[in-house]
Amino acid sequence: MTEFQEKSTVTARESLAGDVFRLTVQAPRIAAAAQPGQFVMVRVGDTLDPLLRRPLSIHQVLPDGGLRLLFKVVGKGTGLLAELGPGRKIDLIGPLGRGFSLAPAGSACLIGGGMGMAPLYFLAQRLLRGKPGPGHDQVLLGARNRAELSLPAAEFSGLGYPLHLATDDGSLGHHGFVPELLDDVLPSVRQVYVCGPYPMMRMVALKCRTAGVACQVSLETHMACGLGVCLGCAVTVAAGGYKHVCKDGPVFAADEVLWKM
Amino acid sequence: MEDVMDRGGVDLRVRIGALHLRNPVLTASGTFGYGRELTAFVNPARLGGIVVKGISLAPRPGNPPPRVVETACGMLNAIGLENVGVERFISDKLPFLRQTGTRVIVNILGDTVEEYGRLAGRLAGVEGIDALEVNISCPNVKKGGVAFGTVPETAAAVTRAVRAAADVPVIVKLSPNVTDIAVIARAVEDAGADAVSLINTLLGMAIDSRSRKPCLANVVGGLSGPAIKPVALRMVWQVARAVAIPVIGIGGIATAEDALEFLLAGATAVQVGTANFYRPWAGEEIIDGIRDFLRQEGEPAVRNIIGQVRVDEQ
Repeated sequence: MTEFQEKSTVTARESLAGDVFRLTVQAPRIAAAAQPGQFVMVRVGDTLDPLLRRPLSIHQVLPDGGLRLLFKVVGKGTGLLAELGPGRKIDLIGPLGRGFSLAPAGSACLIGGGMGMAPLYFLAQRLLRGKPGPGHDQVLLGARNRAELSLPAAEFSGLGYPLHLATDDGSLGHHGFVPELLDDVLPSVRQVYVCGPYPMMRMVALKCRTAGVACQVSLETHMACGLGVCLGCAVTVAAGGYKHVCKDGPVFAADEVLWKM
Repeated sequence: MEDVMDRGGVDLRVRIGALHLRNPVLTASGTFGYGRELTAFVNPARLGGIVVKGISLAPRPGNPPPRVVETACGMLNAIGLENVGVERFISDKLPFLRQTGTRVIVNILGDTVEEYGRLAGRLAGVEGIDALEVNISCPNVKKGGVAFGTVPETAAAVTRAVRAAADVPVIVKLSPNVTDIAVIARAVEDAGADAVSLINTLLGMAIDSRSRKPCLANVVGGLSGPAIKPVALRMVWQVARAVAIPVIGIGGIATAEDALEFLLAGATAVQVGTANFYRPWAGEEIIDGIRDFLRQEGEPAVRNIIGQVRVDEQ
């Protein structure tokens, strides 16, 4: 696996909802090597506070060497990131981790909740490679409200995927949580890919296990380095002991994870 | 490996007892893995040495998550000494370390004095190990879980056990979570330590006010990063005046300026820790920065500035 540091230039900043932003940066070496589900460690400037890089999954890879990152402002690090306009520099290390295994046959269902939509768009792009269209693959997306969901939904739609939407406030699609949409589609699905808040992924994992459908989850944890040295990003696995999100993941088979209730 | 002069015409070599280093910059245990993980970003051959992730007799799984949380200018960790165990270290990790072309210092830890001695004995005679660093911040299971490093007698007992079994220089890594670190330093010096390294992390805590839960599953953890540098520097200065053996400075070192402060305070070498997490190449930058400083100051050798802080007489 090849990893790079790139001092990348921001080429675009979009505000999707109040606290949700999308940055487009030029990072040609990382973009060329990236696989869906992998992430980058991001540092803004040389500040001591925040000190550590922030892990962000790769949202989109553009043909011109661009990378897109989708994130919500949750603290100082993402706050600084959201203030970066075109021409500013950010320091990236990537691509990191083990991404999604692209299942060879059968219809897939991509399920994204909130910022969990980020890696799924890159996956949706890659699943179309060498195919005329998405076939029977479909996408389920959930977010807090219409503002947060409408642009990502339009983009998935632009790739040709049938969409099922849910919002917490009912302003777009189903009024409720995205796993509630899964029951109707699961019988025709062979492979589920999910990324989102922990309770949502746990519910999807449980439904898939009950239905005997393969499920891959992309996990998020605190991590200091993203490079396999701090050992801070441990997750408990069903077989006992721990695995590390940065190197063993962030994508795991759902059954490998010991889900906390 | 022992170039007389560094490429820049400045002599960066230092000695930790019988351990000769090409420059005074090491990586701290637990921040550089087993040497292989960061090779995309740093050339280990340029470093003074690598202190590998702490090793115990048996593998350890570590603590439940969450294990890390960022705090102001630093971070808390409670990794729980996760490691592959000494046998897998020797068979799987050491072969790579051996051919990196840098000094390999193996950090060891145990729950009893006997375990420390057995570990040092197991590593004796193993090719490719240049020194041992003894982590005495671990809880002493036979003494009710009080850390070895907080009691002079137990710190000395661990040191004696390792010194008796080891065939390489023994560096004892001191905990800052004590009333007087110089007392512990003198105790391990008297017990035969070839050097001391300090500081290990400062015990700390963080709470998420929304959930009202501690941020770490272990509740408390070790604070590291630039936040602890002034405390570490003060302790290095105190210990350097208290002992005759070499002192290795650790604690929030992220730049050459930081490293120079520790050298001036009396450290013969330094270890770069948390900075490796966000700038894996920090060690190499610090070496370059020390060389540039010495050249500007007209100092031909780094050893000339060790302990040269100018404290006015009161």
